[in-house]
Amino acid sequence: MSNEWPLWEVFIRARRGLSHTHVGSLHAPDATVALHHARDVYTRRQEGVSIWVVPAAAITASSPDEKDAFFDPAADKVYRHPTFYAVPEGVAHL
Amino acid sequence: MTAVDELLAIGDDALVAAQRLGEWCSRGPEMEEDVALANVALDQLGVARLVLSYAGEADGRTEDDLAYLREDFEFRNCLLVELPNGDFATTIGKLLLLSGYQKPLYESLVDGPDERLGAIADKARKESAYHLEHSALWTVRLGDGTDESHRRMQAAVDELWPYTHELYAGNGAWLSTVESVLAEATLERPDGGWQPGGGRRGVHTEHLGYLLAEMQVLHRAHPGARW
Repeated sequence: MSNEWPLWEVFIRARRGLSHTHVGSLHAPDATVALHHARDVYTRRQEGVSIWVVPAAAITASSPDEKDAFFDPAADKVYRHPTFYAVPEGVAHL
Repeated sequence: MTAVDELLAIGDDALVAAQRLGEWCSRGPEMEEDVALANVALDQLGVARLVLSYAGEADGRTEDDLAYLREDFEFRNCLLVELPNGDFATTIGKLLLLSGYQKPLYESLVDGPDERLGAIADKARKESAYHLEHSALWTVRLGDGTDESHRRMQAAVDELWPYTHELYAGNGAWLSTVESVLAEATLERPDGGWQPGGGRRGVHTEHLGYLLAEMQVLHRAHPGARW
């Protein structure tokens, strides 16, 4: 399947002030076309103000096989969570 | 041309282009490009609806009356838009030549004497700018791509070029836009040749009749049918 276009991951920023969020992927022959396709496929209903496309091959992902080694040790370290002090009254967002 | 004829020319260009592009739906070379072409078709259809609604007000006809109940000789679209889609290169070539014409046309209408048409054009010019960018991008990729894609893109431009005479007729902005894209795509601009015309007077190619038959059959069989 060497004729198939490479895969790109698409990130869209919904509004100014928010960060880009992964919305999906698509096939395109190069970055410029990938941007066009992302615009057509993922922003038809005013979903965004900015688009990033990243070659899927450029993303290094953690392996599901290493899930335990990566994430389990964090589970029993309660002192890493901010639960040991009282929240001052009137602070709505902390 | 009367004012209504001028509106029909703009609306019919968009309507027929939309119908042709719609034929690509589910047949695009890739799913993403399929969606892209459908988006362009919907943009064109949106302009067609606004302009035809406006054009029909003069004598009490609706947009549907104009789209579905006119014969081919009553359409004022240019011949370019009614030509068959051909292969992907031909479709892209058609879109390049059309959007290279529509964009400056809409821009000129924005500040024109007709405020309502200006408002429609203000919306349409942004869509048109994208159509031009997208078709130029593909023209360059195909023209400056493989031997086969270059051959097909050049063949498309050669085949379509005669029909552009009707569009630009001495419009320097159109020519410089298209020429720069062709140059970047390493394509040769055809020179001279025959100059078919007549679309603006209702003299069309045989292709329009078949296109209208498909577009109008449902409305004519079931007048006023709705989703």
